[in-house]
Amino acid sequence: MSVVTKSPDRKVRRRGGAPERRRRKPGWWLPYALLGPAVLFEILVHLIPIVIGVWMSFIKLTKFFIANWGAAPFAGLANFRISLDFSGVLGKSLLNSFLITCAFTVLAVGLSWVLGMAAAVALQKAFKGRAIFRTLFLVPYALPVYTGVIAWKFMLQKDNGAINHLLVDNLHVLGDKPFWLLGDNTFVSIVIVAAWRLWPFAFLMLMAGLQSIPEDLYEAAAIDGAKPFRQWTNVTLPMLRSVNTVVLLVMFLWTFNDFNVPYVLFGTSEPAGGDLISFHIYNTSFLTWNFGLGSAMSVLLVVFLLIVTGAYLILTNRRARRA
Amino acid sequence: MRETKPEKLFRVIVLVVLSLFTILPLYVMITSSIKPLGDVQSAFQWIPKHLTIQPFIQMWSTVPLASYFVNSIIVSAAATLFSVAIAIFAAFAVSRYKFFGRNVFTTTVLSTQMFPGILFLLPLFLIFVNIDRSLGVQLVGTRIGLIITYLTFSLPFSIWMLVGYFDGIPRELDEAAKVDGSSPLGALFRVVLPAAKPGLTAVAIYSFMTSWGEVLFASVMTTDANRTLAVGLQLYSTQTNVYWNQIMAASLIVSIPVVVGFLVLQRSFVAGLTAGAVK
Repeated sequence: MSVVTKSPDRKVRRRGGAPERRRRKPGWWLPYALLGPAVLFEILVHLIPIVIGVWMSFIKLTKFFIANWGAAPFAGLANFRISLDFSGVLGKSLLNSFLITCAFTVLAVGLSWVLGMAAAVALQKAFKGRAIFRTLFLVPYALPVYTGVIAWKFMLQKDNGAINHLLVDNLHVLGDKPFWLLGDNTFVSIVIVAAWRLWPFAFLMLMAGLQSIPEDLYEAAAIDGAKPFRQWTNVTLPMLRSVNTVVLLVMFLWTFNDFNVPYVLFGTSEPAGGDLISFHIYNTSFLTWNFGLGSAMSVLLVVFLLIVTGAYLILTNRRARRA
Repeated sequence: MRETKPEKLFRVIVLVVLSLFTILPLYVMITSSIKPLGDVQSAFQWIPKHLTIQPFIQMWSTVPLASYFVNSIIVSAAATLFSVAIAIFAAFAVSRYKFFGRNVFTTTVLSTQMFPGILFLLPLFLIFVNIDRSLGVQLVGTRIGLIITYLTFSLPFSIWMLVGYFDGIPRELDEAAKVDGSSPLGALFRVVLPAAKPGLTAVAIYSFMTSWGEVLFASVMTTDANRTLAVGLQLYSTQTNVYWNQIMAASLIVSIPVVVGFLVLQRSFVAGLTAGAVK
């Protein structure tokens, strides 16, 4: 903070062009004092853990050294090499988990956006009962994550679950009751559950965005002969660009880092299709007590997220400027 | 503008499909919570054949639900209180003053939201274990430890949202207070905070909600002594039985406080959450 506190002083002097005598503006320290507790806790819960996390990724932090990690031998890049060695068992499973997470994120975010957009458009114009739907659609978002996901876990049970009962006994779409939380179907299951949980957020944000679009734009488009779908592509979508930028980015980050859905659905066993990356790192760290490896994996995850986020923000900015 | 037929059809279809999708788990949760154990363990019934309120009674003794409840309340409330109190001052500084380092601060706070929880979890766990070993202060398995870890997500979020709410309050208000002889802090407490009350409540509710629903940190940082509902609800599965009816009953009871709080406050909440994105 010492570097920070000196500078306003310099700034004031420069701007005022006043001689040495002129001191700092009275009360210049106030914002820093106000910020003090926040900075202190940010350092405590974010900065220090990040520094230690990066350090951990460079040491052989196995179960023998958990209690005394100062004594853990330096590993250099070994943890990263193991993580990125895709011909080895651990690297291969990390790559697999990464690819599953990518597919999961694209599908869950895409589905959530489509559902949220459909609901927001359907509720754009006033009609009787709009408030009821608006409230109902927000419930999955308001529920504590684990209660909603546990309800799905129950519904996805093989013999006594509602989904199999619906698909097999009621609708006869499937002949045999499949496992949903084991084997091939796990991927479909987590996508659906994650989308159920996430789409209300897209709806919430898009609805707010829609309300900020002036009604006369639609009227003008209607006079020009634009049908509802054209109005949506030519008025709604362009006007929602900045909202979409934020919504998609936030949903991407949440979904890519999601731990809750796989953990509550599967416990600590990782079925092939449900092995999302946070869950994978968690299991690597706490089931085998290899924290060095887990840390290296989470550092790699952060680097990946930083690159994607940076690229996304630059791209959307450039597009917005050109438009 | 009048609505055309296809528009109406689109609306009806969307609303029906999404309502069914939304309600399905809620319906299963509610109806299963009033079925006897035998019924939830056999083939699913859309309409419960036998009704019972036993699950709502037994759920308190199958697992120590009440003590998990107390832990969740204390941890969530304390994390909320801490983070909102710290965030009020920080957000006031960011919203009302131009100072060197302001951008660095806001960018840092925002970007921590981007980091996966697992990145913070591993070091924090290690730090806690080591503090215990070297200083004899136990943090893993205590409420204090959990409260500290919850600041990793509730603090940046509170700061970010409060800046949005404070920005929405006209500066002239606190400047007028200062002209009348109020100190900057006086202006904060007498003018800005009262004006930001709905926003403040929304931030507090949201912070409480996220702590209440937190799973990742809870799964590592809790033991018998400080176990929260997030982990506690998983314990209804024994080796012989999964008490689905009790799980569903407990899920309902656990959900009601936060859902009600959220729905009551949704308007001011939406305003704050979307303020940054829409403008």
